[in-house]
Amino acid sequence: MDFSLIFDNWELFLTGLGNTVWLVSLALIIGGILAVPLALSQAYNVPYFGKLSLWYSYALRGTPLLVQVYIIYYGLGQFESVRNSVFWVLLKDPYFCALLGFSLNSAAYASEILRGAIVNLPKGLIETAYACGMTRWKVIRRIALPIACRRSIFAYSNEVIFMLHGSVIASTITIVDLLGAGRRLNSQYYVTFEGFITVAFLYMAIVAVISLAFRQIEKRYALT
Amino acid sequence: MKSVKMVISALVLATATSAAAEDLVIRWGTEAGYRPFIYKTSEGELTGLDVEIGNAICEELQAKCEWVEQDWDGIIPGLLGKRYDGILSSMTITEERRRVIEFSDPYYATPAGFVGKLDMGLNDDETLAGKTIGVLRGSTHASFIINERPDVTVREYPTQDEVWLDLTAGRIDASFVNQIAAQEGFLGTENGEGFGLFGKSYIDPAVTGSGIGVGFRKADVELREKVNGAIKAIYENGTFRALNEKYVPFYIGME
Repeated sequence: MDFSLIFDNWELFLTGLGNTVWLVSLALIIGGILAVPLALSQAYNVPYFGKLSLWYSYALRGTPLLVQVYIIYYGLGQFESVRNSVFWVLLKDPYFCALLGFSLNSAAYASEILRGAIVNLPKGLIETAYACGMTRWKVIRRIALPIACRRSIFAYSNEVIFMLHGSVIASTITIVDLLGAGRRLNSQYYVTFEGFITVAFLYMAIVAVISLAFRQIEKRYALT
Repeated sequence: MKSVKMVISALVLATATSAAAEDLVIRWGTEAGYRPFIYKTSEGELTGLDVEIGNAICEELQAKCEWVEQDWDGIIPGLLGKRYDGILSSMTITEERRRVIEFSDPYYATPAGFVGKLDMGLNDDETLAGKTIGVLRGSTHASFIINERPDVTVREYPTQDEVWLDLTAGRIDASFVNQIAAQEGFLGTENGEGFGLFGKSYIDPAVTGSGIGVGFRKADVELREKVNGAIKAIYENGTFRALNEKYVPFYIGME
């Protein structure tokens, strides 16, 4: 182990850390927003959209994230028509491709968690809300959705950690994320452990922060 | 009676030689994705100049060859972890690698160069500044570009095939690569139309190393010496020249 290599290249690891953190954070936010209509349309059996959401979450949870990212990055780039389209400005960029893949994937998992929470809401709660004269939309907005979200917190903290670990796939499409930084150090100096050990500790540090944050969120908001 | 004796002695001889042949098994570690040196046929079988040289070395040593596939960036750790006995995968001999492993004598050498779209007017000077260069992760070409050209953006790929995909897709402007691999894996195919080599040929040992060698664990001196002898033999008996001609249109052997 050559620790000086790690300290001499701290900027490389900082870049990697930054890329991983913003990719995962943004993917979780976009995925979380997409998850709401996906979960609602399934939980309330909205005509067409409910089925569509079901198939969406089945397809994205049924295939590995690596395959999804490869299809978006290498697959779409093979078609002349895609390369000549307006979308190419975005699809050309590996960061966009990773963000797209991660967001769509995270949306599928988060929607499953939220759907489960909505379906399992106590019947009496919803009926009381209707009895108070609320419309269906009001019940969803004021009662069902907020309570379902608060009951999803425990399960969702796992999804956040899975997304972080899944994000190493970014390094296969040339992004210098945390793993990419470790691999670059390894290949630049022909070492094996230095890069990987460093990123392993950094991933553990991120997970520690996520766990602590969720502990606080659970204390304040979680419902069982 | 005489014929029985002959059959027995023939049998003894046959078992003796087959036992000798089975004594030495050489496991070569390799990464398939580098035409024409090491790649897979459509049936999924390993083939290429490296494979044939490896098999010729085994034949010379009356050993049995086994091939183990390994991604490039894990190929040295795989050797040190004894997943195989030698790296035979067009590996460039460099001082950095020699800190960790030891090499056979070089068995061939090829220059490196830039490959890009010809109508972009690129050269290997300041016209490259700000451009994006794709390289194979863990290769000497990658280290060279990272260390010597801080003015370009480097993108590292798991295999060279993916570099070609992104070069045709227009995500990168050029690749810095072994010229023969570029010729066979890309420029000579229909995907490579409109692309070509530009800039100078890099044959400086600081860039391309001191030729291509077989990598061994430092402790395996005996195997390394045996393989050095076999390389010498396949040069002397003309096997190398024949294989060279089969895969590459010009001579790439050592002087």
